[in-house]
Amino acid sequence: MSGYPPELKRLLKKVEETRPARVERKKRGEEFPVLSLQEREERLKFHPDYKGESRREIRVGPNKGYAISPEIVDLLEAKSRVDPDQIDLSEIEYETDVLIIGGGGAGTAAALLAQEQGTKVIIATKLRHGDANTMMAEGGIQAATKGDKDSPYYHYLDVMGGGHFKNTPELVRTLVIEAPKVIAWLESMGMMYGKTEDGTMRTLHGGGTCRQRMHYAADITGAEIMRTLRDEARSRIEDIKVLEFSAAVELILNEHGHCAGAVFYNMETEEYFNVKAKAVILATGGSGRLHIQGFMTTNHYGATGDGLILGYRAGVKLSFLHTVQYHPTGVVFPEQAEGLLITEKFRGAGANVLNVDGEQFVNEREPRDVESASVIRECTDVGKGVPTPTGKLGVWLDSPMIDMLRGEGTVQKEFPGKHILFRRYEIDISKEPMLIYPTLHYQNGGLEFNPEGETVIPGLIVAGEVTGGVHGENRLMGNSLLDVCVFGRIAGRTAAAYAKERAKEGRLSLEHVKKYHGELEEAGIVTDRVAPMLLPDYGNPEVRERQLTAHYVGTIR
Amino acid sequence: MGRKKREDSPSKGEGKPGEEVPKVPIFIMGKMYEVPASLTIQKAFEYAGYQLIRGCGCRGGICGACGTVYRFPDSQKIEVGLACQTVVQPNMYLTMIPFFPANRAIYDLEKIRPDLESLMKLYPDVMRCVQCNTCTKACPMDIEVMDYMAAAMRGDLVKVAELSFDCVMCGLCASRCPVEIAQYHIAILARRLYGKYILPKSEHTDAMVKRIEEGTYESKVEGLMKTDEDQLKKLYNEREIEPERAGEDWTPKDSQYL
Repeated sequence: MSGYPPELKRLLKKVEETRPARVERKKRGEEFPVLSLQEREERLKFHPDYKGESRREIRVGPNKGYAISPEIVDLLEAKSRVDPDQIDLSEIEYETDVLIIGGGGAGTAAALLAQEQGTKVIIATKLRHGDANTMMAEGGIQAATKGDKDSPYYHYLDVMGGGHFKNTPELVRTLVIEAPKVIAWLESMGMMYGKTEDGTMRTLHGGGTCRQRMHYAADITGAEIMRTLRDEARSRIEDIKVLEFSAAVELILNEHGHCAGAVFYNMETEEYFNVKAKAVILATGGSGRLHIQGFMTTNHYGATGDGLILGYRAGVKLSFLHTVQYHPTGVVFPEQAEGLLITEKFRGAGANVLNVDGEQFVNEREPRDVESASVIRECTDVGKGVPTPTGKLGVWLDSPMIDMLRGEGTVQKEFPGKHILFRRYEIDISKEPMLIYPTLHYQNGGLEFNPEGETVIPGLIVAGEVTGGVHGENRLMGNSLLDVCVFGRIAGRTAAAYAKERAKEGRLSLEHVKKYHGELEEAGIVTDRVAPMLLPDYGNPEVRERQLTAHYVGTIR
Repeated sequence: MGRKKREDSPSKGEGKPGEEVPKVPIFIMGKMYEVPASLTIQKAFEYAGYQLIRGCGCRGGICGACGTVYRFPDSQKIEVGLACQTVVQPNMYLTMIPFFPANRAIYDLEKIRPDLESLMKLYPDVMRCVQCNTCTKACPMDIEVMDYMAAAMRGDLVKVAELSFDCVMCGLCASRCPVEIAQYHIAILARRLYGKYILPKSEHTDAMVKRIEEGTYESKVEGLMKTDEDQLKKLYNEREIEPERAGEDWTPKDSQYL
């Protein structure tokens, strides 16, 4: 693999030709016009969510009749991985105060706060602690920390505008008011923020922000947050136990209808076991690995929407799952890196988005759904996409502008992750632009909850990407790292308080699973599919066919 | 191999259909498989028929799950890479090292100081480093591991933090260290000490937290919560956008909601 092939090199010339004038315009503060709210609506017709057949009604459960991505409906209409009668609930492998399902940003933040309230915590995660979309978030974390120009008031407006004004107001309020506290909290744990010499946080714009409030740690902000949270949790090993390679397959309720634990599957030994708890936090993250509409994804290997299934079967409603976020800038060349996230921070730092003629066709800082729809439109209806050697289309993201605007070496210093990645393919992104196309990025909606993290089921608390309402119909950049920290912390506190004061002992039960199976049957749904999926199947189908003595349930043997 | 195989990548949504890609032989833990030459090592495992549970995480080069070592039959050199980032090469003998035992110290960051003494107390091993550079050669992220270990021995936490910033904690450095140090654990301790104590504290953040705790913004935000959608859209459209190239001293014209 050595750099761009000749045909792309030829097209690159057009980008180079238009670059000096574009840089000059930017220096003068002249930007490509942003779309009005009405124009945005028109543009969104090119968004994958607006395509016919992009949604299907769910036939069972608390949201019967609600139309969402068929890939998620298929899982909601699947059976449990286990026959509930085969699970002996009198056998408890672990018992704890607070059980946290999911070892990403939200789960780990929750663990720290629950521990601080004096409860014993178990984090159970199906891969390793820290294997999560949090780890992969790049660009930054939003918060109005600069009182001379910004405040939670403006953050609130931006969040609502990005979410099409549909967000749940109480959740947005909590998000923006708690945001600066999260920034300070992470700083106190030693997160390496980008700062100036006097300690001022470096901040940038994201798509759809009116103030520069994106705090960051180079282009690996999520990884820095995740490894900091995880390191702190590891120092509290006395109270925070971590079960890795343990996937939750069902929630356990008790005779009062309260959540009281979960059934787990040991991914390696293939055993099932039970964990009993006084309170349970679901923080299982998103679902990009379902490859909705066949899109490539930026998501973690484990992002298969497990928590949606578990919560829904137990009776929690879904909200805002009818929209899916496609990140405007995923790698489309080289093939080996396809689908990988190119942080929005590149556009925040000034990189233009360009068509095959090297011309701008959209302001680079529109909200993500509008930006993605614009890229798709340029490649389809307008017909000015850049063809890749594998027959796909993309557009240019002109990263070399950043060095010209902000000084030689900025790209390497501010985007070390992507600089190294492309260098492996012999592309120097401080000299040559990147080729990008929208990629499946974020589950905008999820389980319904309140600002305290509570669901309709007592003892079941949720946080992070598995939830719905905070971001309405479209999340803005930098608000998911914020979301996992804000609502992760709240979930930890709420769960600890519940475990100490309100949890009620009772006979354990999986009746809700049996009832759900009954509903499937009544709805006439006949299927062999089981859920949660746990991992996507990237196995070679021809090899699978010859694995004659292996029995696959879903994707896992 | 003899058997006819699908030509496309097995990875749904990630591969490309149809096109002929030449195959190359690779040796997964010594056993030969023929895989399309364009695949990463990770996708080659899957092509060969593995369902990865260990050794696969973000699939994007940042989580450290898939540290891989390999070498070629005609070479003495041990090479390293992340399986999700490294494209297969003919005749590579490879194994993933998804886990390597390494002891981590327990500490309360509030109670330790950012100096050499703290490092030495928590990780006495740090002084055993013989500066052989094997760790640097073993790093799939091209980090100058030996150099940050030298800085650690001098108590130069700033240097350790800066040099180790891209660390994905895959553990390959520790797996190759002849004196059995777990470099990456020392590095994250240094980074957290640096972030907490050496980087200057952000005063504007503290000031904002104080204002929030005083309830400064409650009524302003609650006002917005009560505003109907049309009015909210109007406020949204009219909000003043900070210019991208504005300096830290920029202030908006309207300050009543600050």
